[in-house]
Amino acid sequence: MKNFNGNALFLDRSDINTDEIIPAKYLTEITKEALAPFLLEDLKLKGFDPSKNLEGISVIITRENFGCGSSREHAPWALEVNGINLVIAENFARIFKQNMFNCGMMAVELPSDTIDDLFAGFAGTGAVVSTDFEQGTFTFSHGELKKTVPFIVSDFNRDLVLAGGWVEYADKKY
Amino acid sequence: MGKTIAEKIFDAHRVDNPSGTIQVISLDRVFCHEITTPIAINDLVSRGKDRVHNPENIKAVIDHVTPAKDSKTAEQGKILRDWAKRNNIRDFFDIGKNGVCHAIFPEKGFVRPGFTVIMGDSHTCTHGAFCAFAAGVGTTDLEVGILKGVCAFEYPKTMKVNLTGDLVPGVYPKDVILTVIKTVGVNGATNMVMEFTGPVVDGMSMEGRMTLSNMAVEAGATSGICKADMTTVDYLWPFIKSDFASKEEALAAYAQWNADSDAVYEKEITIDCASLRPVSTFGYKPDQVKNISDFENTKIDQVYIGSCTNGRIEDLRQAAAVLKGKSLHPDVRGIVSPATPEIFSQALKEGLIEIFMDAGFCVTNPTCGACLGMSNGVLAAGEVCASTTNRNFNGRMGKGGMVHLMSPASAAASGIAGVITAAQ
Repeated sequence: MKNFNGNALFLDRSDINTDEIIPAKYLTEITKEALAPFLLEDLKLKGFDPSKNLEGISVIITRENFGCGSSREHAPWALEVNGINLVIAENFARIFKQNMFNCGMMAVELPSDTIDDLFAGFAGTGAVVSTDFEQGTFTFSHGELKKTVPFIVSDFNRDLVLAGGWVEYADKKY
Repeated sequence: MGKTIAEKIFDAHRVDNPSGTIQVISLDRVFCHEITTPIAINDLVSRGKDRVHNPENIKAVIDHVTPAKDSKTAEQGKILRDWAKRNNIRDFFDIGKNGVCHAIFPEKGFVRPGFTVIMGDSHTCTHGAFCAFAAGVGTTDLEVGILKGVCAFEYPKTMKVNLTGDLVPGVYPKDVILTVIKTVGVNGATNMVMEFTGPVVDGMSMEGRMTLSNMAVEAGATSGICKADMTTVDYLWPFIKSDFASKEEALAAYAQWNADSDAVYEKEITIDCASLRPVSTFGYKPDQVKNISDFENTKIDQVYIGSCTNGRIEDLRQAAAVLKGKSLHPDVRGIVSPATPEIFSQALKEGLIEIFMDAGFCVTNPTCGACLGMSNGVLAAGEVCASTTNRNFNGRMGKGGMVHLMSPASAAASGIAGVITAAQ
């Protein structure tokens, strides 16, 4: 199972699309590793600098409809090769979400008021997320401040995470 | 209880129900292009599983960057080409015969009512115009589709989109679908299938229906589906005439997939299309749509006519009708890319290519290129494009560029005027 713990980056915008996550001009690469320098290069978000803000990040927390647009799995891959295996949002575009679980990564939805609380309490603080996959909880911490929130992943997606992805899962079963 | 089109298709293709509402369905078609497939191919090779479930069901094309623009894109093409050859994939479309995937595969008759289709391309929803369940997927889903012939989806919920009224002159399927997206929002149909219905769809050609279904994903939808009717049968007839005694018989067979009158929909919306006027997007999201009459002196640097949304023969006819005897504004570059060689050839026969060239357009070979800023018409920072494509995302056609999505007729009119304008 992949690592779902570490420093969190808060991206305070909805509808971040896969062209912003990894622009099409880099889709000519045929290895995942080659995508690493270009993650979120075209993100339109005031104050965001991909060359600085992604350093040491393992988890992204954002708003609605993350990963909309192109079906490119290069978006999860660009996250993965940067050590980011977990994105938490109010909701996701269907293809992006399935691509994440198909890679054994996680795209987890939390209610909007929970996301609001997390932004209010932890955005910009250098907060750390620790994931208890068995219990289904994320714990956000910064100094003395701690907040634990429950999450739900469907049984199927949970099995994909445990299997390491859809190829591994499907190969055993079909 | 009755069923929607998507429910009928799922029920007929169910292979497994691993848990909850997840269904694994068998695939009738796995479409492949050179951008998202090579990594799947390389992964299969590295796993010692370089094989395909059924070469008859797999169709492949080089379309995103063609002819290759550099060594990397040449390598992508080579990986796809070599793979198709060694796995006996006979329907592989290379230079000279290649076109934009969602234009060429329907043109070859590969999609039929009741089919399940996946491709590593979000605009795969286009093929739903043929009363099929067609969905864009990522490379891992594609890889499993190639290897096992199956894919997993949530059992579909359907949004019914009733399109009523008569379109006024100057309003085209692109204006209709942009209005639908504006109404629903960019994630209003997420995890749902859109079923387009009503007299506006009934009166549309397959080309028009493909434009509708193509952009369903811009509202978040998994697929955009139209019912099967005589228009569907007429389009498919050259490919199915040996299967049926008559068109009526074909229609009777295909109509089984159409929604039951008592089908249950997750959501239903109705748009009176008689009130629509030509529209364009503004901003960076495809639901930011307004009437072109509300644009004030929005200068453009480029007009682009093509893509899986609007690169078909009807689109070229509509643009050429506006351009005939006129010239592009001196400050505007024009690019037209017929979506397939057959469309290109037909446009030549009809004199449309001459009209484009006389107006000052550059006519390119069929390719996706400029739509996603990969080749063939990339914008410079600060430049503005009136485009018949499907996404106005930040940087989509080139870093720092601005894309306004509109119909081919409006794009042509804007090219002449130099500012965003609807055709008269």
